[in-house]
Amino acid sequence: MDAGLTIILLCSLVAASGALLGTFLVLRRMAMLSDAISHSIVFGIAAGFLMFRSLDTLPMLIAASATGLLTVLLTETVLRTRLVKEDAAIGIVFPALFSLGVILITRYAADIHIDVDAALVGEVIWAPFDTIFIGAFEVSRALVTMAVITLINLAFVGLFYKELKLATFDAALAASLGLMPALIHYALMGLLSVTAVSAFDAVGAILFVGFVIVPPAAAYLLTERLWTMIAVGIGIGVIGSLSGYFVALALDASISGCMVMMLGALFLLALLFSPSRGLLAAYLRRRRQKWEFAAQLLTMHLLTHEGHPDEAVEACTSSLPGHLNWGAAFTEKIIHRAQSRGWIDRVGEQLRLTDSGRVQARSLRKA
Amino acid sequence: MELGQLLHQMVFDYTLRTIMLGCGLLGLANGALGALALLRRQSLIGDSLSHAALPGVCVAFLLAGESKDPLVLLIGAGASAWLGSLLASAITQNTRIKDDAAQGIILATFFGTGYVLLSLIQGRAGAGQAGLDKFLFGSAASLIERDVQTIAALSALALGLMVLFYKEFKLLTFDPEFLASMGFPRRRLDALLTTLIVIVVVVGLQIVGVILMVAMLIAPAAAARQWTNRLGAMIGISMAIGAFSGVAGALASALEANTPTGPAVVIALTLAMLLSFIFGAERGLLWTWIRSRRSRRRALAQGADRAFAAGD
Repeated sequence: MDAGLTIILLCSLVAASGALLGTFLVLRRMAMLSDAISHSIVFGIAAGFLMFRSLDTLPMLIAASATGLLTVLLTETVLRTRLVKEDAAIGIVFPALFSLGVILITRYAADIHIDVDAALVGEVIWAPFDTIFIGAFEVSRALVTMAVITLINLAFVGLFYKELKLATFDAALAASLGLMPALIHYALMGLLSVTAVSAFDAVGAILFVGFVIVPPAAAYLLTERLWTMIAVGIGIGVIGSLSGYFVALALDASISGCMVMMLGALFLLALLFSPSRGLLAAYLRRRRQKWEFAAQLLTMHLLTHEGHPDEAVEACTSSLPGHLNWGAAFTEKIIHRAQSRGWIDRVGEQLRLTDSGRVQARSLRKA
Repeated sequence: MELGQLLHQMVFDYTLRTIMLGCGLLGLANGALGALALLRRQSLIGDSLSHAALPGVCVAFLLAGESKDPLVLLIGAGASAWLGSLLASAITQNTRIKDDAAQGIILATFFGTGYVLLSLIQGRAGAGQAGLDKFLFGSAASLIERDVQTIAALSALALGLMVLFYKEFKLLTFDPEFLASMGFPRRRLDALLTTLIVIVVVVGLQIVGVILMVAMLIAPAAAARQWTNRLGAMIGISMAIGAFSGVAGALASALEANTPTGPAVVIALTLAMLLSFIFGAERGLLWTWIRSRRSRRRALAQGADRAFAAGD
């Protein structure tokens, strides 16, 4: 298989399996556990190598996944002493395991050529050349592993969708219905560990966090339903991997780095331009509300002075900026808005409420 | 090695002395600011700040004409870490994304972008990058006296400002609403505290690297918290633990072959923390256990006495 295609497929699978689990991490406010797990794995790899004296896929997968779960358990144990809060518990456990891992590697396993740079950002460039045969097809070993992991994650989320959903949004109800949210939690963490280990060679410990957290977070800004959030998250992850690959080619820069950079760019786009929750939409909405409120205020102002001797002065366009403390341009805009809503009529400099404007102002006054 | 010889080396061996001083100072400064970060439940801020510093290092390197002047690189690191924390709080304040995810996003995307820049710099022919990759893993061994002077100056700056604004920071930590109601500029004080944390974090980067920085900041404070309930005392103990662990880690890595300094310091910190969790005078598990056992016994004995008096 073409090397470029293998890399794109591999990283898309990392993104897809990451988004499948990351969605629940983001929703359950456990995003930083992915950071903790992916770093602790260095200890698992070192310990696994010293125990089994091999770097084969399966023993590594088992040892490193066990370390991932160990990280979660240790964090929870520290938390249970109630001596420190959760954020600190995470910040204490994973650096300790990472340090132990690094010391183990430098002291006892210097011969296993674990490239320290690769531990952070992976070395996806080698993935196409380490191949195995499936029937007559020669495919990248990492690609096969990652495909299996993605299928397992997909099956997990598909089979336990209801349980995951309930455990995420209402853990108490899930527990009372006998759905065992704790078990779901550990299953999620176990799968996250396995996924992190499988993705470790491709994207490394730090960038894995990007593949797991960034696409679901962007999707969170774009959708309102759980399953669409998962789907959009996967889509964003795949687009980021694909575009990142070509950016890396064009710049001749780190592939996994470019992919996460593109994921960041996609997140930024969602943050700014999401139709429902983007910053731009929020700004426009606020401005519209401000105008709407001002137009309503204008109708109330006119109603207050309607039929009074001072109406000629108060309902005059030139007196409004002074009386309502508005700028001249803003006043003009609001008059136009109220006119287009059919609330007021304008005769020269004089403003007059229409019937519907009067109804509007009265209902506001009552409220 | 005998003790006298070791002491002699600690004083007169240039490399060892420099590393020990650097790590010790770093532990001292991080211990102080980490105490506030821990109590404000911002323990992981060290993690996102350290990762977010990387693109700044590269940009500063390129902008300053491929300068490896540590101060230039540190300013770049600080600026981009600061921008990262600003963006993270903008995300949490304006969207429904929570703090943990916002930090994860900043951490990964800034680091990814930084690594892209780093790979570009490394790929260019003739570009000396040797100064840059030490920001990834830290490199205590390459410390020179001038680095230690920079560390000392920046730590002194951060600690000095912390002392100056101690009362405000204390309120900001324990009762920010009250602080605001007293007319203090809460946001600006918040930004100042973040800036001080940024300073000690980027200073530490070149010694322990991006990943272990979070422990450098938090672990001394988490240990110190178990010994006292008073902020002033906690900060003092935290600084002492930080400095002591820094020196101990530096020594361990100097005496043992193939033991990198950053991880050694973190292991020293972890041990200090474990001991504090168990033996800490105020909240240590051992004393809590003894206290609860004693009070249970007393309650049982009183119950028995009462039962005896009642003639049951």
